[in-house]
Amino acid sequence: MNSGEMISVSNVDKFYGSFQALTDINLTVEKGERVVICGPSGSGKSTLIRCFNGLEFHDSGSITVDGIEVEEGSKALKTLRQEVGMVFQQFNLFPHLTILENLTIGPIRVQKIQKAEAEERARKYLERVHIPEQADKFPAQLSGGQQQRVAIARSLCMETRIMLFDEPTSALDPEMINEVLDVMVELADTGITMVCVTHEMGFARKVADKMVFMEAGRILEISEPDKFFTNPDSPRCKLFLSQILEH
Amino acid sequence: MTTRPGTKRKSRLQFSKIVNSVPISLALYFTVILGIIWLAYSGAQAMGYNWQWYRIPQYFYTLTDDGFQWGEIMIGLVKTIQLSVTSFIFATLLGLLIALLRLSGLVVGGAIAIAFLEFVRNMPILVLLYLFYYVLGPVFSLDRYTASVLCLAVFHAALISEIFRAGINAVPKGQWEGATSIGMSKAQAYRYIILPQSIKFMLPPMTGEVVHLVKSSAIVSVIAVAELTTIGRNLISDTYMSFEIWFTIAAVYMVITLALSIGVSRLETKYAVRT
Repeated sequence: MNSGEMISVSNVDKFYGSFQALTDINLTVEKGERVVICGPSGSGKSTLIRCFNGLEFHDSGSITVDGIEVEEGSKALKTLRQEVGMVFQQFNLFPHLTILENLTIGPIRVQKIQKAEAEERARKYLERVHIPEQADKFPAQLSGGQQQRVAIARSLCMETRIMLFDEPTSALDPEMINEVLDVMVELADTGITMVCVTHEMGFARKVADKMVFMEAGRILEISEPDKFFTNPDSPRCKLFLSQILEH
Repeated sequence: MTTRPGTKRKSRLQFSKIVNSVPISLALYFTVILGIIWLAYSGAQAMGYNWQWYRIPQYFYTLTDDGFQWGEIMIGLVKTIQLSVTSFIFATLLGLLIALLRLSGLVVGGAIAIAFLEFVRNMPILVLLYLFYYVLGPVFSLDRYTASVLCLAVFHAALISEIFRAGINAVPKGQWEGATSIGMSKAQAYRYIILPQSIKFMLPPMTGEVVHLVKSSAIVSVIAVAELTTIGRNLISDTYMSFEIWFTIAAVYMVITLALSIGVSRLETKYAVRT
């Protein structure tokens, strides 16, 4: 593993009104590390990773991503978001643009590169997610699994160094989950830094360097996958695992 | 229960199907129009009105030895279109600005937008016109035409800003997140992602608004801007043919607004297939 911290979170709290969504979060993600975050719904997993690219902002403590301090209104946010790609549960593709335009609009408008170069890059990443033939279709013409792979390619097109996944397979039909996970496993092999909120424990076992378990806005367990799946320290984590792995 | 809701619903469906069919709608439409014409005609008959339709065409165009010349109604029509188009452009820009202020999340911006909206929306357009022409006119030395354009633009900007706001809010929140996550600024997200998608939500109410604007442009006849309605009034005071002139003017307005509606519904189908 390469040395150097990619994401460092210390003493982070976040509130929605009077509801405390995150409580005293401390976490570091090394360069090239693959971290999987799991936990019951409402435990603050999504909120946490949405704080990494400034889709939400923490109220106290500090978050540093690739050397950039994440702060509301900061000028560096734009740079930060180009370094950090995000894949959403609901894909959030742009329905009025073709697949190719979905992939090139970021590079062209945000990074100001030439259209031809952007398209070449887009086709390269479509190839990477195994759907080069869909370039000229609109998102609504694709299956859920294909749309999610386009969303992954859209993030990759920004030449990101970190990828955040927010339950990428939760909105998919069961038979499409594997095609997305396969792409994510291949991506993990390229050495990109990944933080993934998911309940796909098979995927976690295969790629994770570090497992994080959250409940009620707190991190209860951070451990290596071997230990995590066989003998976690937290009893709550043990219970959670037994419930989702039983079936 | 003596009547089963199922059968009631079915018969109602069939009824609306019959009423909505093209021949029936056309028949209803023409019955109403014929009714109005008959009422006007019999009313005029009762007054001993002398119809002089043959004198109308000269107000559209004349062909004399001097050559072809547009008549006064056509000149008024051009002025009405010019007035409407200019006002609409300003109204759209101002309306977009107001809508963005309202959506900006800034407390001051929101307050300004709401104050403007309530002030304009709750004032009769005639009062607004007097305000622009008699109060602001002398201060900023506005001529009649400029005052009219400003009045119409401000009045309709308030209504258009609500259309923009509704259209923008109708785009799912995930689109903002998608745009933000690839590093777009708020302005870029609006321009490339949100506004293009909100067009399809805005087109139908916007058509209504344009038609409304064309019709409310007639109000400026009270400060004698030489548009369609003013021309109509002048012609009537010259010729005393109130029925013929007003029917003609009404028909001209209807031609403009129908053309607009048809044009926009073409646009709607174009934007509908994209998504």
